[in-house]
Amino acid sequence: MPLPYYVSPEQMMQDKAEYARKGIAKGKSIIALEYAGGVLIVAENPSASLNKVSELYDRIAFAGAGKYGEFERLRKEGIRYADMKGYAYGREDVTAKSLANAYSQVIGNIFSMEIKPLEAEILVLEVGEEADVNELYRIAFDGSIADEKGYTSIGGQAEELKLFLKDKFAEGLGLEAALQMATRALEAAASQKVKAATLEVAVLDRARLGRKFRRLPQAELRAMVEAGG
Amino acid sequence: MPGVPVGTTVLALKYQAGVVIAGDRQATEGYQVASRRIEKVYAADEYSAVAIAGAAGPCIEMVRLFQTELAHYEKIEGMHLSLEGKANRLAQMVRANLPLAMQGLLVVPIFAGYDLKRSEGRIFKYDVAGGRYEEAEYFSIGSGGKDARSSLKKLYRPGLAEEEAVRTALEALYDAADEDRGTGGPDFVRGIFPTVKLVTRGGALDVPEDRVASACAAIAEARKTAA
Repeated sequence: MPLPYYVSPEQMMQDKAEYARKGIAKGKSIIALEYAGGVLIVAENPSASLNKVSELYDRIAFAGAGKYGEFERLRKEGIRYADMKGYAYGREDVTAKSLANAYSQVIGNIFSMEIKPLEAEILVLEVGEEADVNELYRIAFDGSIADEKGYTSIGGQAEELKLFLKDKFAEGLGLEAALQMATRALEAAASQKVKAATLEVAVLDRARLGRKFRRLPQAELRAMVEAGG
Repeated sequence: MPGVPVGTTVLALKYQAGVVIAGDRQATEGYQVASRRIEKVYAADEYSAVAIAGAAGPCIEMVRLFQTELAHYEKIEGMHLSLEGKANRLAQMVRANLPLAMQGLLVVPIFAGYDLKRSEGRIFKYDVAGGRYEEAEYFSIGSGGKDARSSLKKLYRPGLAEEEAVRTALEALYDAADEDRGTGGPDFVRGIFPTVKLVTRGGALDVPEDRVASACAAIAEARKTAA
């Protein structure tokens, strides 16, 4: 019988992380940023039907980058978790914090227990009653969770996007200005023009009654992106 | 069944732009009023509404589950369930309640929705066993349901305008409250009026309470002078 060869845990984790990072780097990027009216989510997505951005609950949205099948499974589980909790208790008891925690546990477990880690990163975003209490959580492939302020990004060019937004981001932007900034960030990171048709954009709009999530239809999107040149 | 508040008269009728769905506000416990301002008409999702008659507790619980399920489906699949699909799902839920119904905890809804594919409003009625039947013009259930139906039978015309349709619904509820002790009429003293919702291509919307109040006042006034 051949002896099972020894691999140090350190080496194993490093290999897994590298594998996951490579997988995610192949995918397109997503930006979420706070604007005066709520939270804006901009994803590069050539497909009109395979969504990367979605509603989780009344005030909470989801965005996933990397392998579609993998973050889609996470999205569905999140919706199930949120709906069950909201039905069993009350609507206001469903929070981004608890969802982000649950995601972190699940993704972290997969990273350490399974042979293949998830090649996906996700965002859980919540719009607050007031502008200063929005919550942006970024959960990485290893389950590590980051609580971000103002703006955040995931996907292949997440770091470049963050670098761009670090200098340019300002609080209290209008929707149009915020969308143009996100588009410019994507253009800078990819060093090519971004067309409205390849963007998937949604907002958590504080002013809406009930469910805050809204997708921006193509016509509205095109008008806003083109207004910025 | 004594000790359980029961819901009373609810109705739906088609009009030009979709469906009007309405209900009185009183819950009854035996010969006592259990609540004067209970809600019996709920928006199920963006394009449909449900009105309930029966034991208030299980009714409200069923509506809450139904709303959750419709929103859940929409989020998971990225699109609304078809109106047919929603009506069928509600039928299954009514059917599942049959054992409780046999013990007296009845839940019988009316479901009204706007069918975006067919571009028309549609009304579904149910029986205790989960039977689902589509109504072509109007329907009403509850202890005052028969009285409201008699009223609708005389007042209903196809293709009513919104104003007339709302008035017709309120006339029927007024008649039901007049004949049936379990149905609450408009309460001008406390300012409690029936719930009225419109289900159209634009979504399920409330008719504002002040509009309902003035329509009720007009109906009461017209009946005063007639006597």
